[in-house]
Amino acid sequence: MALDVAQIRDDFPILKRTVNGKPLVYLDNAATSQKPQQVIDCIVDYYSRYNANIHRGVHTLSQEATEAYESARKKVQAHFNIGHSHEVILTSGTTHGINLVASGFTSIMKQGDEILVSAMEHHSNIVPWQMLCERTGAQMKVIPMLEDGTLDMEAYQALLSQSTKLVFVNHISNALGTINPIAQMIDRAHEYGAAVLVDGAQACSHIKPDLRELDVDFYVTSAHKLCGPTGIGMLYGKEEWLKRLPPYQGGGEMIAEVTFEKTTYADLPHKFEAGTPNIAGGIAFGAALDYLNGIGFEAIAEYEAGLLEYATEELLKIPGLRIYGSSSERTSVISFNLEDIHPYDVGTILDKLGIAVRTGHHCAQPVMDFYRIPGTVRASFAFYNTREEVDKLVEGVKKAQMMLS
Amino acid sequence: MSIAELQEELIDEFALFDDWMEKYEHLIELGKSLPLIDPAFKTEEHIIKGCQSRVWLHATLDKEKVIFTADSDAIITKGIIAVLIRVFSGHSPEEIAEADTDFIDTIGLKEHLSPTRANGLVSMIKQMKLYALAFQAQQKN
Ligand SMILES: Cc1ncc(COP(=O)(O)O)c(C=O)c1O
Repeated sequence: MALDVAQIRDDFPILKRTVNGKPLVYLDNAATSQKPQQVIDCIVDYYSRYNANIHRGVHTLSQEATEAYESARKKVQAHFNIGHSHEVILTSGTTHGINLVASGFTSIMKQGDEILVSAMEHHSNIVPWQMLCERTGAQMKVIPMLEDGTLDMEAYQALLSQSTKLVFVNHISNALGTINPIAQMIDRAHEYGAAVLVDGAQACSHIKPDLRELDVDFYVTSAHKLCGPTGIGMLYGKEEWLKRLPPYQGGGEMIAEVTFEKTTYADLPHKFEAGTPNIAGGIAFGAALDYLNGIGFEAIAEYEAGLLEYATEELLKIPGLRIYGSSSERTSVISFNLEDIHPYDVGTILDKLGIAVRTGHHCAQPVMDFYRIPGTVRASFAFYNTREEVDKLVEGVKKAQMMLS
Repeated sequence: MSIAELQEELIDEFALFDDWMEKYEHLIELGKSLPLIDPAFKTEEHIIKGCQSRVWLHATLDKEKVIFTADSDAIITKGIIAVLIRVFSGHSPEEIAEADTDFIDTIGLKEHLSPTRANGLVSMIKQMKLYALAFQAQQKN
């Protein structure tokens, strides 16, 4: 099933705009994806037709809104093959989900416990755990990475012990595009009774993870990376874990009964959903999943693999260009530098040509330190990008090289 | 020349180029000619915290005039710094503290002035002005 890119591009109004007088070439999809008209319409429709607060009204609008929001939760559940819909916590995004879990483990972790974090994590999957360690006296150990941008699995095995309580790893690295062997990592962690949280922020726009089969304990992601709006995301937690963790924030929606003496908490998932949520965002998250499933993840993966291969080949023809991360298991992310040229300069020239890439450390400073570089230029492709856009990138990089050296 | 005159001069100089590529090429040339900072001052203490490229700035007071030297690891940033140094260096603290920086916009480099651009330029201008204010305060004592 080949994918009809021309038709798909028609769904994305932003792809028609120009930047600095040039047609936009959007290659910063790992930072956030663009939104199809279907998702935009869904948000407009909610605010135009049935905006109301959810879970509390007896009136029709409130019931319609509640149904739409809860049906989005069911779509998330089905998409990720999650056992129960109450194991789906709708959060404001990946960062929120990680902080919720890290905060919850404060009462579980003890002095001497260990947590393992991979060397290629996003800052949002490092800092909350450091804070947890400060609160509890637990110790954080780092699973090292190898030159090719993969995790050192032998070192991982050696780090696991009876003291290991938690393992955190991203499904796909945002800086390098490496797909980590999470199934294997989860199995090994479970042999030691350690729980695993997988940061799926980068993964879910490229692959459709089967969480039941993975047997992962926690999985987090952000809708904005997969054609949905910002400010909404998912935390999946196994029921037994979500029951054990204390609530994260107090407020409305998350209670069963409140007196000044004592509050009893609502059942899952509401226990973790204090306050009025991002209702439009939640509903549109569901619409985004419908949209992507309409195209099909197999078609997306196949198409993006073609783009990655073509872009890698073409970029490597440029003398002095180095790509970081060469794992055979990768998604369509290319992190590169030109010899003796700062990534910021390259990004500036590309922007002048209407090409949007990310430059810098990509919130993964430890990865940059590993390669001893200040940052990289990162081009990340989505299923709506084309080979012609790859050609424009390559031409742009050549032009930047000519101007900057 | 006064700061305002130097700014006019730069505006005229950049007006010679009509497309962005030539402007940037000129900027890069200016960056290459930047009076380099003494390596002894390329320390953490002299770094201006910008998000991406590193910028070092040092200032001294010489016969009532502020002399700036600077460097950056990104060449476009260096070009912008060179422009700023050409305008500000060698003037009195009062003049620097009061000068405006709208000329950056006029010469067509407005994007670098955006506070959202995280390239440290805005903090760089702020730091130059802070140096000027500090020298002003010193002179009053
Ligand atoms: C791997 C990874 N983890 C976490 C995040 C943070 O996601 P958010 O800012 O949506 O919470 C990102 C976003 O760039 C990411 O790439």
